[in-house]
Amino acid sequence: MTTAATEIATYNFAYLDEQTKRMIRRAILKGIAIPGYQVPFASREMPMPYGWGTGGVQVTAAIIGPDDVLKVIDQGADDTTNAVSIRAFFQKVADVAVTTETAKATIIQTRHRIPEHPLTAGQTLVYQVPIPEPLRFLEPRETETRKMHALEEYGLMHVKLYEDIARHGRIATTYAYPVKVEGRYVMDPSPTPKFDNPKMHMSPALQLFGAGREKRIYAVPPFTRVVSLDFEDHPFEIQTFDQPCALCGAEQVYLDEVILDDKGGHMFVCSDTDHCEKRQACGHRGHLAPEALEPAQ
Amino acid sequence: MTDEPLLRVTALSKYYGSRIGCEDISFDLWPGEVLAVVGESGSGKTTLLNCLATRLLPTSGTASYRMRDNQWRDLYRMSEAERRFLMRTDWGFVHQNPADGLRMTVSAGANVGERLMAIGDRHYGNIRSTAVDWLGRVEIDEERIDDEPRAFSGGMRQRLQIARNLVTGPRLVFMDEPTGGLDVSVQARLLDLLRGLVTDLGLAAIVVTHDLAVARLLSQRMMVMKDGHVVESGLTDRVLDDPRAPYTQLLVSSILQV
Repeated sequence: MTTAATEIATYNFAYLDEQTKRMIRRAILKGIAIPGYQVPFASREMPMPYGWGTGGVQVTAAIIGPDDVLKVIDQGADDTTNAVSIRAFFQKVADVAVTTETAKATIIQTRHRIPEHPLTAGQTLVYQVPIPEPLRFLEPRETETRKMHALEEYGLMHVKLYEDIARHGRIATTYAYPVKVEGRYVMDPSPTPKFDNPKMHMSPALQLFGAGREKRIYAVPPFTRVVSLDFEDHPFEIQTFDQPCALCGAEQVYLDEVILDDKGGHMFVCSDTDHCEKRQACGHRGHLAPEALEPAQ
Repeated sequence: MTDEPLLRVTALSKYYGSRIGCEDISFDLWPGEVLAVVGESGSGKTTLLNCLATRLLPTSGTASYRMRDNQWRDLYRMSEAERRFLMRTDWGFVHQNPADGLRMTVSAGANVGERLMAIGDRHYGNIRSTAVDWLGRVEIDEERIDDEPRAFSGGMRQRLQIARNLVTGPRLVFMDEPTGGLDVSVQARLLDLLRGLVTDLGLAAIVVTHDLAVARLLSQRMMVMKDGHVVESGLTDRVLDDPRAPYTQLLVSSILQV
């Protein structure tokens, strides 16, 4: 900050002006007060295209302080384009400390995953949300879906699950799996795999959701009930994998398929790169792991 | 039958600006009774139906409905939540164009099951067997349960719409030209089916139609409308066999004889 003060013109702390941040904070507070309710807010243009996490970035910009430690993940990985560029953005405009370690972060901005390492009280998870409205593809009229939320008319959500079972013999929705928050609002948990839905339930961390293009913010406060919708005779299930991570041997984690060659070779590895590296550093090995770790750069 | 009506309409009027939609309409509807509202295009019959089904708010007048617990409720003073609940449980609305009343992108089974899920049924097996049962009652082959209504013919769509409305066992069904846009033989089959269902279930219904044959086949009582007013009402057979108002006489005599 001392160097910034000497320059003639610079960005305001965390890019957004203070009035905008207050506006977003008000929306966040309202969202926390009404868990799962989509609060409209005046989403700003951000220096990145829609679909790249403009909603999440605005939420992060509104809540971040100079003492925060930021972690950004994209599909669980800290090293992909989206994660790297958003991390670099906040380093530049807010000069905050960044980390890839889940346990050390105070704010974790995520695209489509909840870290494997359990979150703790005091941490905030910020989701980038493309489509906040869980009823969107069943009822395209926004006036109607708002009314359905207001009157708690959620039968239509089960029509979607019914269709899944009728077509596939089971609930085939694997991501953006609808949840009911604190027994009231049905919420789209953003395109996280349904594997992560149980982690939202009674989480000690604060969960904030920002949809930039759709101009909506919603929230799940700590220790809130988050229940995945299902049928009595087709209960909610998470994905299971029949082999452990090929690099760290972890089980009961969410795995990504990685194509190795053009002859059908593939492996399943942890989607959470931080979790995988931590385990490898502790000596865990999967069947495709290198014998010794390359020295850290 | 009870000794109290199901629906009581008093001096109902709807104006579109200075133009009349319908004016000063009063009638009682009894449980299990089918009332036909006939008249030419623009006579205000659909406006009346939409007011009764609370899809439109009337300019003046009242309509009260006797709920299942025998409490009388003013339809236009109910909260929106109550009204919508009533519409998807105790009422049905059959649109002229089935695409307006169906969800065209979900399967026939889900279309029938939607109301059940809306009132809290959470057992897939039960929902599906109810859907199978209802498809059978409206003569749709069970094999078509997972097909979308887009793949159905016009007559099948209309029958599916009827099944979707009747699955919660409503006491009152509104129908807006239920046989419009269907060819004569399909119309006949649909009317036959409707007549059977209405009798079996003891439904009360208000059927808007310009087709006097539909009124003759389905209804016990009818109202003839012209320019927003009721010009004649009475038992269907009486009105059709012995029309009194000049307009009704004209209407009855203009039926094409083949």
